[in-house]
Amino acid sequence: MRKAVITLAALLGSVIVALGLSSGAAWAQGEGLQATLKYEDEPVAGVTISVYTEDGQLVGSAATDEDGYWTVPVPRAGVYRVELDESTLPDGVVVANDNVRHPEVRPGNVGNLLFRLVSEDERTTPGGGTPAPGHTGDQPGAEGELIDPEQETEVVTGSGLLGRVVSHLYDGFHYGLIIALAALGLSLIFGTTGLINFAHGELVTFGAFVALVVNVIGISLPGLDLKLHLVLAVPVAVLIGVAFGFLQDLAFWGWLRRRGTGVVAMMIISIGVALLLRHLYLYFLGPGRNPYAQYTIQEPERIGPLVVPMKTLITDAVALVVLVAVASALLMTRMGKAIRAVADNPALAAASGINVDQVIRVVWAVGGGLAALSGVFLAMHQTTHYLMGFQMLLLIFAAVIVGGMGTAFGALVGGLIVGLLIQVSTLWVPSEAKYVVALALLIVMLLVRPQGLLGRRARIG
Amino acid sequence: MNWELIFSETLSQALGPTAVVYALAAIGLNVQFGYTGLLNFGQAAFAGVCAYGLAMGVLTFGWPFWPSVLAGLVGAALLALVLGVTTLRLRADYLAIATVAAAEALRRLVRMVEMSPWTGGAEGLRGFSDTFRDYGRELGITQNLRLGPLFFTGTNLWVMIVGWGLVAVTLLVVWLAMRSPWGRVLKSIREDEDAARSLGKNVFSYKVQALLLGGVIGGLAGLIQGLRFGNVAPDQFHTTFTFYVYAVLILGGVARVFGPVVGAVLFWGIYNFLNQFLRELEKLKVLPTSILTADKVDALVFILLGAGIIALLIFRPQGIFGDRREISFHVR
Repeated sequence: MRKAVITLAALLGSVIVALGLSSGAAWAQGEGLQATLKYEDEPVAGVTISVYTEDGQLVGSAATDEDGYWTVPVPRAGVYRVELDESTLPDGVVVANDNVRHPEVRPGNVGNLLFRLVSEDERTTPGGGTPAPGHTGDQPGAEGELIDPEQETEVVTGSGLLGRVVSHLYDGFHYGLIIALAALGLSLIFGTTGLINFAHGELVTFGAFVALVVNVIGISLPGLDLKLHLVLAVPVAVLIGVAFGFLQDLAFWGWLRRRGTGVVAMMIISIGVALLLRHLYLYFLGPGRNPYAQYTIQEPERIGPLVVPMKTLITDAVALVVLVAVASALLMTRMGKAIRAVADNPALAAASGINVDQVIRVVWAVGGGLAALSGVFLAMHQTTHYLMGFQMLLLIFAAVIVGGMGTAFGALVGGLIVGLLIQVSTLWVPSEAKYVVALALLIVMLLVRPQGLLGRRARIG
Repeated sequence: MNWELIFSETLSQALGPTAVVYALAAIGLNVQFGYTGLLNFGQAAFAGVCAYGLAMGVLTFGWPFWPSVLAGLVGAALLALVLGVTTLRLRADYLAIATVAAAEALRRLVRMVEMSPWTGGAEGLRGFSDTFRDYGRELGITQNLRLGPLFFTGTNLWVMIVGWGLVAVTLLVVWLAMRSPWGRVLKSIREDEDAARSLGKNVFSYKVQALLLGGVIGGLAGLIQGLRFGNVAPDQFHTTFTFYVYAVLILGGVARVFGPVVGAVLFWGIYNFLNQFLRELEKLKVLPTSILTADKVDALVFILLGAGIIALLIFRPQGIFGDRREISFHVR
């Protein structure tokens, strides 16, 4: 723990120094959107693209110049609707996917839009009727829907350097907590069963979608038409998440363990489970991004140098309390001790009278609930999407590895480090590279200290 | 229902260029995972590096075709060395995380807007396969081929001839390698690493060699994928590609020479059959639209594939040809 605190402090220190050095330059240009249109490597000029606010007001409209370049400045960070006028395209040329986009512009960034232009017959028969391996329709990021398909949280910056520093730090903290919620479950499941669950991201998505169903779509039973306020939808989502985790272990993973399936086989099975669940979400709820009914847009509060919407403060407080509570329960309660005993040595735990299967079931239930909470909080800031959990999966892995697999406070520490790292690194690396930074940290950690900051060496084998 | 179309599509695709790509990637993975027991989850990166080597060689640096191909293969080999030397000391499941993270990091790096002068960013690169297509034309392979239910365009036919040729060569290499003393060491590492080590074998070095051989074969898959459309893009080499390659390998049978080929033909055949069948079924309008609409077909196909992968791993982990005693699933 002490080591982790030192690492965190060092990280924060270096961030603040780096912020001081890279002062403001990147922020001078203001927000905007840009794109370069090309068809068969030739720039396409004279194509009109218009930018609207989300409620439909025109922000700006321009045509591409002779280099195919197009840009429109926008007044502030936020989500915009961008429409490419297809009638201004050359004859026989169309946009490969949708001509309407909803990019999110981040503070100080000029967002790049990708419109892939193809010939008309190419769109109707992509790749001659059937998709290539890279075009199987299961390509996250291939949709080109967003500039950065894995946008996670909106950074609302205050004024002045201090404001920016604080905002980015807070944003990293916020995202770190969301990662930590998901990572704690993954870490506990690994600790007790040895399974690296590639379907954990889908538990996150599950929570977000349960809340969407009870909050926006509504439950219609005969004689009952119910839509819950988001405040009530959150506990419902967590409860159903708990039940989902519990049932998954009861009906599936527990059964596999009793059959004697090896952990590597289970890991590959979890890939199949992830594929299945992801596309069940797609099948039932569609590919779109859906916001919740409440708290979508909130006027940010100003607390000293910090500018932050109230919903972020409240969700973070809840997340922090839940994380500390679960970690403390692991250290102090009887069940927590049993869980740690099983993680240490299942055979010995069973011999000393602990019901190992029951303990693992509790772990799955807790993991499912935590992941669901993480999913709802994530979706409150970036809307729901069927790939949202899958896209977060490697960050969850990174948090677990950095903090230490199977440790109580490891997920919290790891999540915060990863969250801070990716949000803060955008100050001196391009925002697209921030995931690379997190993944690089994961790999370095595995090589240098595979047991993680809080783990014990014995666990690594 | 147009059964003729369904079967024609299914059979043509099952033998077509995409099946070649999967077969090559799975043959490479078979060397790593099947014979040596390495959980390499970065096979997409090997294919991607090789394809980008070719594309960037021709387009970014203006090299001729063959040096660019060579650059791609060297790139895949270098990736194997770097990845192997750094991560192969890790336990099996940690290796999986390290390789999947490395592959994804690489994909995201290539995808960056800042990289677009070299890699073309998210759009990728296109237009580097002219030399390759000219070879086909010189040999007179320009006509579309219709053979019973099978139909291939002239371009695809040339890709397939080269591709299946490469499959044959790599199969021969794998077959020879695995019945040599070298191959037996690989298998002994899979069965019991400590035993192999105690017999004086440098386990680490053998693992790096296996990753290298498998990675270069995986690179060939990337070459075919790139040459096929004359285009590479980072999203073709997403982690999901690696996942499908695992499905292909396990379906055909792990640690069997012909397993990957059978797996690839079946996997891609099944995928296309489901796709075509559900599309035709949708046209008949016999099912209510709440169950099946045209835009739900894709999701439904992947739901069935996911369920299939789960069932395969549980009930027949050795696949079609495999031997239950030879699967490297029982680690820990």
